Amino acid sequence: MTTTSNRKINSTPWFAFTSYAIVLIIALVCVLPFIVLISGSLSTESSVIKDGYWFWPRDFSLDAFKFIFRYPQDVLSAYKVSIIITVIGTTLSLLISSMSAFVISRKEIRYRNVLAFFLFFTTLFSGGLAPYYIWISRNLHLSDTYLVLILVPMFNVMYILILRSFIQGSVPEPLIESAKIDGAGYLRIYLQMILPLSKPALASIGVFMVLAYWNDWWTAMMFTNNNNMVPLQYLLYKMLSSVNLSSAMAEHVANLDTPKETFKLAMTVIATGPIILAFPFVQKYFVSGITIGAVKG
Amino acid sequence: MFVPIAIYYVIFSYIPMGGIVMAFQSYTLKGGLFSSPWVGFENFDYFFSSGKAWLVTRNTVVYNVIFLTAYTCFSLGAAIFLSEIQKKWFKKLSQTLMFLPYFISWVTVSAFVYNFLNYEYGIVNKMLEYFNIAALDIYSETSYWYILLPFLYVWKWVGYGSVLYLAAIVGIDQEIYEAATIDGATRFQKITKITLPLLKPTMIILILLGLGRIMRGEFDMFYQLIGNNGRLMDATDIIDTLAFRSLIGTADFGMASSVGVYQSVLTLIIILTANWLVRRYDKDQALF
Repeated sequence: MTTTSNRKINSTPWFAFTSYAIVLIIALVCVLPFIVLISGSLSTESSVIKDGYWFWPRDFSLDAFKFIFRYPQDVLSAYKVSIIITVIGTTLSLLISSMSAFVISRKEIRYRNVLAFFLFFTTLFSGGLAPYYIWISRNLHLSDTYLVLILVPMFNVMYILILRSFIQGSVPEPLIESAKIDGAGYLRIYLQMILPLSKPALASIGVFMVLAYWNDWWTAMMFTNNNNMVPLQYLLYKMLSSVNLSSAMAEHVANLDTPKETFKLAMTVIATGPIILAFPFVQKYFVSGITIGAVKG
Repeated sequence: MFVPIAIYYVIFSYIPMGGIVMAFQSYTLKGGLFSSPWVGFENFDYFFSSGKAWLVTRNTVVYNVIFLTAYTCFSLGAAIFLSEIQKKWFKKLSQTLMFLPYFISWVTVSAFVYNFLNYEYGIVNKMLEYFNIAALDIYSETSYWYILLPFLYVWKWVGYGSVLYLAAIVGIDQEIYEAATIDGATRFQKITKITLPLLKPTMIILILLGLGRIMRGEFDMFYQLIGNNGRLMDATDIIDTLAFRSLIGTADFGMASSVGVYQSVLTLIIILTANWLVRRYDKDQALF
């Protein structure tokens, strides 16, 4: 919107040049590791061992990927787990978050600030990791269930408060009033007005939730032991951290001709790929999410 | 409609808070929370006299202060330079690239770090080798990590931060700049005399909010990058990693729970202070 006026102001070419140069450098620093990763995964094991990693593939080969997909069970099962928890978790979280955001946005609810503080207090104070771990694994017996992978990372109080601000700011009060006069209950107002009207905010928060679920390795490490319940990031972590891959890739990787180094890179590419591919399409929701959050109130 | 979330937070946050009693017990798996013997402040005595308390507090605070400073400077800088860029495609493309790191997990970042810094195959050492300089053994030398960790933190967050500041810059009234142009201000003067002062409120709020998180070190980052590397531990152990290792590594419930309580209390104090400061500075931005 301000490009024309900006152009007039910007009268010093060297400053423009510096800006381009600095932004370019920052952007390159951000993207170079990805390039090294991909070229490493496309190199032969022997070239990596001899010459190290480099910015482009040396001795191009798909061996690492072929190796992973020779026994695709682990990777496919990890994809399955990650997709299931991401889809179910994000949907439930958005639904429940927006319901509670709607409640604490309504002025006629007398205790709405108390309710908001009830949520917010959990970010101020907690019992710490040890009681949490013992409570969930020993008392609730949630270990080794899909439930624990979905429930633990489920909510973020900041997102609920952001949704509340959004609902307050963009759903017109008269609309809700008139719906009430027409006899609509809260559930109906929520389903037929709040949900459709907060689509932009839900999309943004949804992107953040998807990211949180997809990148979560911690919950799986803490609460699961079952090899069928390993999400992608945790599988990646296990593979990167194990000196010999056998402990991660259960039974298949006993043979010694494993391409270890390139294998790790290929696995990283496989685990990171979907997020990076989806990224350009969701970036705008992501940016608007940050800015909704920034202008609080 | 508030019931589902209320149930969730009671079960997953409020009930575990009661588990604080663990810090005053000698917790046994058999006795559980209800019949483990009471030991008063013994766990805390142990935690403080082990010398770990000071070490992890220092590391947590120092790292987070450095992170916050570097993050603020770089995001602000990136936003200012981005706002100078006229070519739309270039701006968009570079912003997209800057965002990429935010999207990946710390697990993936640890793979990146390994690619670059690995003693035998890492790019950095291969380059040094090319110039006939001795290779760096980064994974066993603490001093590199004082630079490396803040660098990675900024690397991962700069895209996010620059959007925040860019939004604030776009909000600045263009007429101020036009008036300055008429008065003959240079580009540099406009930044130091207009942009920076007008961004100060945003900066202060974001820094104060960041202060509130200072006791929660970036667990993911430290754990994925350092893990259980004993040689780096003294320089990089933070409160979260200590609590985690006490619980999972050594199953030292007393240590783990006293560390947890210590962290919670400090966090509470710091957030209340930061919030009080925000409230004094700008009432509308206060968290509560």
